[in-house]
Amino acid sequence: MSRLVISPRHLQTIGHHGVTTYPEECCGVLIGRAGADGEPTVVERLLAVGNERDDSRHNRYVISPETVLAAQREARAAGLEIVGYYHSHPDHPSRPSDFDREHAWPGLSYLIVAVERGRVVDARSWRLSDDRERFDEEAIDQAQLATARKEAV
Amino acid sequence: MSVIIHIPTPLRRFTGEQGEIEVQGQTVGDALRDLTHRHPALERHLYNEQGALRSFVNVFLNDEDVRHLGRDATPLKVGDTLSIIPSIAGGAR
Repeated sequence: MSRLVISPRHLQTIGHHGVTTYPEECCGVLIGRAGADGEPTVVERLLAVGNERDDSRHNRYVISPETVLAAQREARAAGLEIVGYYHSHPDHPSRPSDFDREHAWPGLSYLIVAVERGRVVDARSWRLSDDRERFDEEAIDQAQLATARKEAV
Repeated sequence: MSVIIHIPTPLRRFTGEQGEIEVQGQTVGDALRDLTHRHPALERHLYNEQGALRSFVNVFLNDEDVRHLGRDATPLKVGDTLSIIPSIAGGAR
């Protein structure tokens, strides 16, 4: 199982974003260092972005290519890269939908926070399989951030 | 004519970790076909079952979305750069 290392503070920020936009979905970019050869992916910073959908914002989100391009430039300027995206599922479990799967990219982490009645229930992270057939859950590791950072130096 | 296509990080695993690929073509469509010919594993991530570019896959010619130009028929000239830029979408149920 792959691992996503993210600080409790960042997880809290994502949860807060989901609560703020409830009952609509929130979304944002995970910026950090991609794990290779069994190493975990490490989130170093978040970029909260607006849901650019005009309709169905309670169960759909979109981040435009222009926003992705800007996030990519910001990440690269800091010597980092986009390692994934987060979004919320208002009043729905933190499991990816078929719609999520049809629109996902492989090699990225998709962190989903479930917000029920305006409160954060849980957060889980997923990666699309290379054949696009399924999402595999990855472990969210809040404890080993300091260790992972040391290893990266 | 040869142009460079920039590959986004998540798709580099299908291009032998190359971020820039030189391809041949007179139009955007030609260049993309040459890209998937060179790296067939990319095809399912760029095109749907009907052979159309997936709605969340965007191709930029220099700084402009080719959907606002001539799409596949957009002509290329020497020194042009193509970038594959994802838009990110999803949502509950």
